[in-house]
Amino acid sequence: MIPAHEVVERALAAARPGDGTAVVVDEVVHAHLRWAGDTATRAGHVVERRVHVVVLTPAGTAGVVSGGGALDASGVRDLVASASAAARRPEAEGGAGPLVPADRPEAPDWREPAADAPPHALAETAAEVAEAARDFARRGRVLHGYAEHEVRTTLLGTTTGLRLRHVQPRTLLDLTARAADPPASSWAGAEVDSPAELDLPAVLASLERRLDWSARRLDLTPGRYEVLLPPSCTADLMRQLYWSAGARDAEDGRSAFAGRLGDRLSSRALTLRSDPTAPGVACDPFVVARTSGADTSVSDNGLSLGPTSWITDGVLTALVHTRASAENAGAPVTPRVGNLVLQGRGDEPSLSEMIATTRHGLLLTSLWYLRDVDPRTLLLTGLTRDGVHLVRDGEVVAAVDDFRFNESPLHLLDRVLEVGPTSVTLAREWDDERTRTAMPPLRIADFAAVGRAA
Amino acid sequence: MDQAFLALPLRRLADAALDRARRFGARHAAVQVVRTRRGQLLLRDGSTAAAAETERTALSVRLTTARGRGFAATSELTAEAAADAANRAWAVARACEPLSGDGVPFADEPVHTDATWRSAYEINPFDVPEPERAAVLGGWSRNLLASPHVSSVLAKCTAVQENRFYADLAGTTTTQQRVRVHPQVLVTGVHPRTGVVETLRSLGPPVARGWEYLGGTGWDWADEIAAMPEHLAEKLRARPVEPGSHDLVVDASNLWLTVHETVGHATELDRALGHEISYAGTTFATPDQLGHLRYGSELMTVTADRTAPHGMATTGFDDEGVAAQSWPLVENGVLTGFQFDRSTAWAVGASRSNGCAFAESSSHPPLPRMPNVSLQPSATPCRVEDLIGGVEDGVYLVGSASWSIDSRRENFQFTAQRCHRIRSGRLAEPLSGVAYQSSTTDFWNALAGLGDASTVTSFGADFCGKGRPAQAAAASHAVPPALFRGVPVLNVGGAA
Repeated sequence: MIPAHEVVERALAAARPGDGTAVVVDEVVHAHLRWAGDTATRAGHVVERRVHVVVLTPAGTAGVVSGGGALDASGVRDLVASASAAARRPEAEGGAGPLVPADRPEAPDWREPAADAPPHALAETAAEVAEAARDFARRGRVLHGYAEHEVRTTLLGTTTGLRLRHVQPRTLLDLTARAADPPASSWAGAEVDSPAELDLPAVLASLERRLDWSARRLDLTPGRYEVLLPPSCTADLMRQLYWSAGARDAEDGRSAFAGRLGDRLSSRALTLRSDPTAPGVACDPFVVARTSGADTSVSDNGLSLGPTSWITDGVLTALVHTRASAENAGAPVTPRVGNLVLQGRGDEPSLSEMIATTRHGLLLTSLWYLRDVDPRTLLLTGLTRDGVHLVRDGEVVAAVDDFRFNESPLHLLDRVLEVGPTSVTLAREWDDERTRTAMPPLRIADFAAVGRAA
Repeated sequence: MDQAFLALPLRRLADAALDRARRFGARHAAVQVVRTRRGQLLLRDGSTAAAAETERTALSVRLTTARGRGFAATSELTAEAAADAANRAWAVARACEPLSGDGVPFADEPVHTDATWRSAYEINPFDVPEPERAAVLGGWSRNLLASPHVSSVLAKCTAVQENRFYADLAGTTTTQQRVRVHPQVLVTGVHPRTGVVETLRSLGPPVARGWEYLGGTGWDWADEIAAMPEHLAEKLRARPVEPGSHDLVVDASNLWLTVHETVGHATELDRALGHEISYAGTTFATPDQLGHLRYGSELMTVTADRTAPHGMATTGFDDEGVAAQSWPLVENGVLTGFQFDRSTAWAVGASRSNGCAFAESSSHPPLPRMPNVSLQPSATPCRVEDLIGGVEDGVYLVGSASWSIDSRRENFQFTAQRCHRIRSGRLAEPLSGVAYQSSTTDFWNALAGLGDASTVTSFGADFCGKGRPAQAAAASHAVPPALFRGVPVLNVGGAA
């Protein structure tokens, strides 16, 4: 197979003079393991390459063509020719800006082979979870789960001279435990960079603690409750907010952020920010736009990403801009970054301390099936999943029903009563997306449980 | 059949991988080469804002040992890479042997030698030059923008061509080609007095047809586009719904998604076995309830198939070499069937898979995926007007919008593209904020009327997610409109 950096160079060499061309090559190695009880249901190892070619014409039109598989030299040239033809189609929308200039030297590892992960990357994890599953079974509990280790090597080259490379490792663990008598379930997840960093005993202990809390069960009456959101729940809600924070949709009046820049969204000193170098959630340090969207532009490929504060001390301070939309709006260039961090002042109580100071409230485990109901208010419907616990006078006293809610993350921000310490967390529903998260637990007032769920 | 796909050294690749698997002593092994072409076109107010063509080809090997199963995939289509994929699949299977509790069951299937199958379409969308494709969407956009009610138009079309080659140690080899298209139009309008912004999406479904679909074969696009401005205007002047218990007439364009979520996913056997607990969830419908779970009223009969013409899950053979079939899931309101693959058939005592294994691509392991799941119509004549005529005070819902359902496929909430109040058996004022929320068996037991065969329309989902790693699949749902009595309705749009 042609080495990845040579694919980039050959594609750029095939570019039509005068065109701006950007080439992205993703080399992905992926190991996964899925099991139910003590039986593996899926296990695999995938090695794949994807090549994306972007052509920008002098007239400001763009064409994008992607190919997966092992391309030979003629296949690479064909991709460039197809992208060039697509950029010159009739009635193409203009306005694509020029490519990002070469403001950095070639990445020192540009010619290095792609990072690897062996087929047996999760062998140790398999042995450990098998033992844990048997241990759970001895106590009438069932352990289900999924583990994944992926290493993505991304190379980006442009006709302006950029030669960038980034290696993104990611290891994910997602565990669900069930008890039959009384019926209860719990969930815990973790995201780290490598299997060696997984703290399986800690994740298992978290599962067991929640199952232990479920020994007593009470019905939940629909109504408004004070709730404690663990970091994973906060992450799912904040990612929905972030994905809706495109400047263009706001300017068109289609989103809940229309006309809100500068507004106070929370009376708490909450800051929602992205930073490619944030510890534990490091991500691509430059824009990798494999296709254009409402708030991404292929012409921004290679643009350096830095810290961006979307909400600062409770005030909305930035929306997601491409270079073009920022110029139109007279705003700073604030492209989407692949991570998201929410934090308070820094002197926060832990989730355990928050439980200890709760007079009457609900402790959630995770959220599920979040869907837009009204994008104009960012109203979402969704469900709690795998355990809601009743907290009374500082103690968890029983499990109650999971429930459906209709809430807007924007409105929730204004009902935050307390913010815990920020930690790296796995957003449960959207863990297959690439936005990594570090989130705090939150205490929220008046969270509406509108109906019982399973 | 696509000649570029057939020109790949498919047999040589398969031989290389299967020989290696045979030498390892694999009990079962299969090789699959999948090529997927995807063309996407997006027009904003008539101008082409984005166009992307993607072609992805990969080879996968899966095999089973006595105590484990392994899968490996590669982008490289050489005999050496195919053999290496078999090596890696074997290493993966060995690595997961500590998790061998239930063994590795695998149902038998007759051998299908050199079988080929192609879905039914007239014009391959990839044979249509992009300017011609853009011209159709552009024409729709211009017609819509001519209306004073429409402030902007997004028009898009996704076309997919899948080619699949499968070979296994038992001797089955299949070569297949499927095509589908999904045009969509989203119009935005602004209320002239209040400035409120509202959107409306077209109802025309994704379908396993070719480019002829955009010309009116299988769906009257001209009629739908012409009606959208007035529907949008109605939506802009809609009044908030009064929450409470309402009789609902649910149009086929909305009900298909309810069928998909509450019956389609709920009758997936791997969910019942707990294989999806850590992601997509479980189901309230379990094998021990086969033949006696009262799923819905006597009117409710739901079938599964991989054979319906133009169904998006229709195929000749699944990704385990199992021939396409059709079977009942719910008969006269009682649970009578599940969907399963060769690894899970044992759980309902079946000696043969009903052909539900599917992988999004060769980079994904096959898993049980939904076939076409369809609600059978009334045998007696009944139009949607008749259903509406039977309602004194209720709500009529058209088009799917927001959806959400819990992990046991019980509690759900759905909204619609547009809604009307029904007063004295007639459609009255447009309503906003309508969300119906119920539990699956409560809802289907409230089924009180169905349209007849003439009212059945096929809708579907072409991006249904499941599995880990998450993967997408497409399925169609042919349904009639239906009447449900006393369904809880919320107002999710603001004060009534």
